[in-house]
Amino acid sequence: MGVTGTPTNINQGSKTKGGIGESTLRPDGTLKVTGEFAYSSDMWHEDMLWGHTLRSTTAHAEIRSIDTSEALAMPGVYAVLTYDDLPTEVKNYGLEIQDTPVLAHGKVRHHGEPVAIVAADHPETARRAAAKIKIEYVELPVITDEASATAPDALLIHEGRDDHHIGHVPHPNIVHRQPIVRGNADEAAKRADVIVSGEYVFGMQDQAFLGPESGMAVPGEDGGVDLYVATQWLHSDLKQIAPVLGLPEEKVRMTLSGVGGAFGGREDISMQIHACLLALRTGKPVKIVYNRFESFFGHVHRHPAKLWYEHGATKDGKLTHMKCRIVLDGGAYASASPAVVGNASSLSVGPYVVEDVDIEAIALYTNNPPCGAMRGFGAVQACFAYEAQMDKLAAKLDMDPVEFRRMNAMEQGTLLPTGQPCDSPAPVAELLRRIKAMPMPPEQQWLAAGEQADVRALPGGLSNTTHGEGVVRGIGYAVGIKNVGFSEGFDDYSTARVRMEVINGEPVATVHTAMAEVGQGGVTVHAQIARTELGVTQVTIHPADTQVGSAGSTSASRQTYVTGGAVKHTCENVREKVLEIGRAKFGSYHPAWATAELLLEGGKVVTDGGEVLADLVDVLEGESVDLELEWRHRPTEAFDLVTGQGNGHVQYSFAAHRAVVEVDTELGLVKVIELAVAQDVGKALNPLSVVGQIQGGTTQGLGVAVMEEIIVDPKTAKVRNPSFTDYLIPTILDTPTIPVDVLELADENAPYGLRGIGEAPTLSSTPAVLAAIRNATGLELNRTPVRPEHLTGT
Amino acid sequence: MRVNFTVNGRKQEADDVWEGESLLYVLRERMGLPGSKNACEQGECGSCTVRLDGVPVCACLVAAGQVEGREVVTVEGLADFAKQREEGCATGACGGTSLQEAQQWQAKGTDSQTGEGDELAPIQQAFIDAGAVQCGFCTPGLLVAADELLERNAEPSDADIREALSGNLCRCTGYEKILDAVRLAAARQERQEEAV
Ligand code: FES
Ligand code: FES
Repeated sequence: MGVTGTPTNINQGSKTKGGIGESTLRPDGTLKVTGEFAYSSDMWHEDMLWGHTLRSTTAHAEIRSIDTSEALAMPGVYAVLTYDDLPTEVKNYGLEIQDTPVLAHGKVRHHGEPVAIVAADHPETARRAAAKIKIEYVELPVITDEASATAPDALLIHEGRDDHHIGHVPHPNIVHRQPIVRGNADEAAKRADVIVSGEYVFGMQDQAFLGPESGMAVPGEDGGVDLYVATQWLHSDLKQIAPVLGLPEEKVRMTLSGVGGAFGGREDISMQIHACLLALRTGKPVKIVYNRFESFFGHVHRHPAKLWYEHGATKDGKLTHMKCRIVLDGGAYASASPAVVGNASSLSVGPYVVEDVDIEAIALYTNNPPCGAMRGFGAVQACFAYEAQMDKLAAKLDMDPVEFRRMNAMEQGTLLPTGQPCDSPAPVAELLRRIKAMPMPPEQQWLAAGEQADVRALPGGLSNTTHGEGVVRGIGYAVGIKNVGFSEGFDDYSTARVRMEVINGEPVATVHTAMAEVGQGGVTVHAQIARTELGVTQVTIHPADTQVGSAGSTSASRQTYVTGGAVKHTCENVREKVLEIGRAKFGSYHPAWATAELLLEGGKVVTDGGEVLADLVDVLEGESVDLELEWRHRPTEAFDLVTGQGNGHVQYSFAAHRAVVEVDTELGLVKVIELAVAQDVGKALNPLSVVGQIQGGTTQGLGVAVMEEIIVDPKTAKVRNPSFTDYLIPTILDTPTIPVDVLELADENAPYGLRGIGEAPTLSSTPAVLAAIRNATGLELNRTPVRPEHLTGT
Repeated sequence: MRVNFTVNGRKQEADDVWEGESLLYVLRERMGLPGSKNACEQGECGSCTVRLDGVPVCACLVAAGQVEGREVVTVEGLADFAKQREEGCATGACGGTSLQEAQQWQAKGTDSQTGEGDELAPIQQAFIDAGAVQCGFCTPGLLVAADELLERNAEPSDADIREALSGNLCRCTGYEKILDAVRLAAARQERQEEAV
């Protein structure tokens, strides 16, 4: 019998094991290390077909004709579909603006745009059939930059635009424009003793998640379809898929299959609609798996950007003003460009106090590859530029760059350029102090005492190109600010369903959300939250699907905050119901049932004083509690379209980096020796995962600093390097040790005080590495990635 | 064509294989062993790393026909493979698995697809414990490569680990925890040997 009449003090060690704050291990870890975890490309079905996409070989052209007859006649081919085969009047989709054709019609607007799809009984048959489709193109001039996009007589990428941004953009080839004016930058500039300006170029980065776009559509007997797919937001996909198929949303049943990384690259639709169309047409399950080449065309990239900045400061080191203009290349379709513009503009000042600002950010429509969400979302590009400016100012004032930043660092209460006060801790100065205080890695590690150089540790590594003669060291610092969650008035909510019952004599909680686990560890923390709130050890995480309400996107560092918040909120309500049952059953045994604050801990109902009142097993025997509730963070508001003023963001996260690099000035090669990070995470729900996220984000920032760039031919707008041979991401040899210093200053508005983590470390990593290379070489270096020719002047 | 080979200790036969099919395709789509991953199919990422007669190779670069009569170990067979090796050590035959040993090795009777009776190799457990798994897509390839490193070199330096794993891309972790995992597995292996 679990009900006790005698109070038992359980204060010591009574807290439920595996709750928040512990480094619990991933629930899917064993499946992932044994190869049993089913990623979206691992789906298999009896009698399934393989889908393949035919993509445009040109960036801008009218389509004269498409002839599919030869492809269709091939043995093993079941369907070949083009625009004409789409079942309804809805032929486009899109995250914010429905401007992306499911299959090209009339024109193609970028290299690699889907034109036709094929289903066949072998992937190679599908590929060969696609190659037999004949398309007649009439080439159009390509628009690839601001000048060609906004020329008065420029061809319009999208004719007849009627989206809600068209009214306030200066040219129809501009997707969105956000100015921010606060104070008077021109007046304030007069107070400046020094003024620095610069033009910066940020290259096009790819998310390069390892698990390719893939999934399987299975036609249902009711005329609907079941789709198993790797995505970041099931319900957003569903909203875009159902209308194109002409099906009500209930007939498109989506289940998340294993996701091999995302980083923003799965926010947009890729193969989802194509697989469904082919499955519905053939009546058979259809699997589509992109190869790496196709993956580079199958998702949007990080916006490349040009940024012009001007800053002033007084001779005692106070910033006077900032003016900037940020031009983001959104490519052929809008994707998330409007929101990226909002972020780039509102975070363009960085984590500094500057009262007088004049800011403009725009995103262009061009014939370059479409760009959209990627980790850091608009804030990354700005951080690259403002941090370079901070170093320039410090140098001009002959001040220490970290000191200069600390003098101007924002803090809790500082107004952002949008006029919004930062109402939670903003430990910018403290993060900089910590990063500077970290011990330095030893000099010339490649030179073992008195011995020959270990070439593996030199820039250039095993290629044995040098023994260290031309190697110099540099140190660089950077700090950044990123908003957490969806901003600008977006109704950013999540839903959680929590069930509590007794199974095999044990109390068990089941958590069901539609959250996409993309590797970030949401499934781990959801179980931790449920254990903390419900006092049970056994928590089952239900697979994510559309049978439960939307969880919103796994992006913008928001999932632990918002879906974690929803799980917490639902658990709290489940707990109340459990206690009601307890009161009804056992209330008469102990007065505390009616009077005390009651908790669930270690499988028991306890008072806040630690008295055990009942075992959960006894309370729940014969009963279960099941609730589905929504939860949202505080509302935000849109930025004014003229002044940029508005309380647009809900929370911020901050990270600082110190980079130590060694540069071989003769060869133009860089080795990053160490990339130390300090970050405030509010509350580390799972310290192990927190550190893993920070290190992963840091490495992506390192990649864009020294190697990562999608190269688009400026004359033809064709992608030149869609492969892992030519698009380089850091290997274990390119990645240094990444010591992490985690600060936990709670945001009292957030669940448990937590702060979104995933993106901030990607911001400051890149400018820190650039600053270190500048420090080592004395070169100006205003573009990323830095290539050997920039360092050797060849 | 027909290809006969041994996968994780079991004789397998694949029929109607196209000339162009890779070992990776045959494993994933014909044998029902999707543990080896398909991230580039170009030999650049290492996600598909398997051992062919003991040697780590990118399965995407091996034509299916090339494996006729040979032995393949995939991540699905890693635990059994490691156990077999350990038992070899216990009898005094330490110093890695010889080709002959690898060939004589037999999988236990369970179905490798369901993972029934999962027992993990030390390197698998270390990846979980060290937090080296995030999305996990790179994990199978890294495990096969790391296990082979530890078989060759029981006490690898960081430089050795980096060199051995430089053909395996990971986009999520920043590699630090992968290094931790390999160090952890090496340390545990050493402790175990001391105990013997
Ligand atoms: S899939 Fe074989 S190396 Fe990438
Ligand atoms: S854990 Fe995702 S690629 Fe390595």
